[in-house]
Amino acid sequence: MDDPLLIAGETFSSRLIMGTGGAPSLDVLDRALAASGTELTTVAMRRVSPASAGSVLDLLTERGIRVLPNTAGCFTAAEAVRVARLAREALHTSWVKLEVIADERTLLPDPVELLAAAEQLVADGFTVLPYTSDDPVVARRLEQAGCAAVMPLGSPIGSGLGIRNQHNIELIVESAGVPVILDAGIGTASDAAIAMELGCAAVLLATSVTRARDPELMAESMRLAVSAGRLALLAGRVPRRRYALASSPPAS
Amino acid sequence: MRVIINGEARQVADPISLAAAVALLTSAPSGVAAAVNGDVVRRGAWQSTRLADGDEVEVLTAVQGG
Repeated sequence: MDDPLLIAGETFSSRLIMGTGGAPSLDVLDRALAASGTELTTVAMRRVSPASAGSVLDLLTERGIRVLPNTAGCFTAAEAVRVARLAREALHTSWVKLEVIADERTLLPDPVELLAAAEQLVADGFTVLPYTSDDPVVARRLEQAGCAAVMPLGSPIGSGLGIRNQHNIELIVESAGVPVILDAGIGTASDAAIAMELGCAAVLLATSVTRARDPELMAESMRLAVSAGRLALLAGRVPRRRYALASSPPAS
Repeated sequence: MRVIINGEARQVADPISLAAAVALLTSAPSGVAAAVNGDVVRRGAWQSTRLADGDEVEVLTAVQGG
């Protein structure tokens, strides 16, 4: 079924966006990325270390996967804007997964700094995909600021707690005019399917695959879950009923 | 002269270009970006950018994350 994901005029046939953090080795990551079917994958920007061996960039290039730099680790708008500009220069992409976090313990987004950074990066010509809280008002403000998508969390990064407030995600999807990408908190395949059933355009995940006992197998399960959830959304689920509705004709 | 490269103070030749300072860390032909005192310098300008005493240079690349 031809049902591409459209972000800022670019189409993707996979609705699963992967992160590369947490994999035990580049080889395991490589196999997981292949099994996931992803076409867009995040990387972080860090200081060059002479000791660093093997490049995640080479791997993504070989796989033909588009790179999406993030601003992970930034606590202020100014830091995030600087990292985004460095990423654009290093990776020749104006796309950025914008992360501005409030503290190390929760890794929750700081909405004030996030919005300020988004406004500045949009003005600077970036295609901004912000990692945000599941607050519908913040999501709306980010869209109004010119973001190409909004990426609300299901629960904190790496927590695997799934989607804690499905109602908020539905509210965000209902009013958004840009793709809503469920980012962070996915623990297992059913969480990814639920995100898609709620109407999210895509799912972004890393930990649930890279730290699974078998990352390659979990990547495949996420690929199938995202597809299954998307198909269920398009098919239209039956209404929930308080009492039974016989599926066989009456006996006589 | 003394400059700070990725947080580490280093004695370097004077004059030194940004290109030469980056080369102290990596020979990667691509995938690397540099900033001097917080301002990104395009790769095409590394050769012509002269560092001054006390400059802070950041050299970043993509790593697994996100």
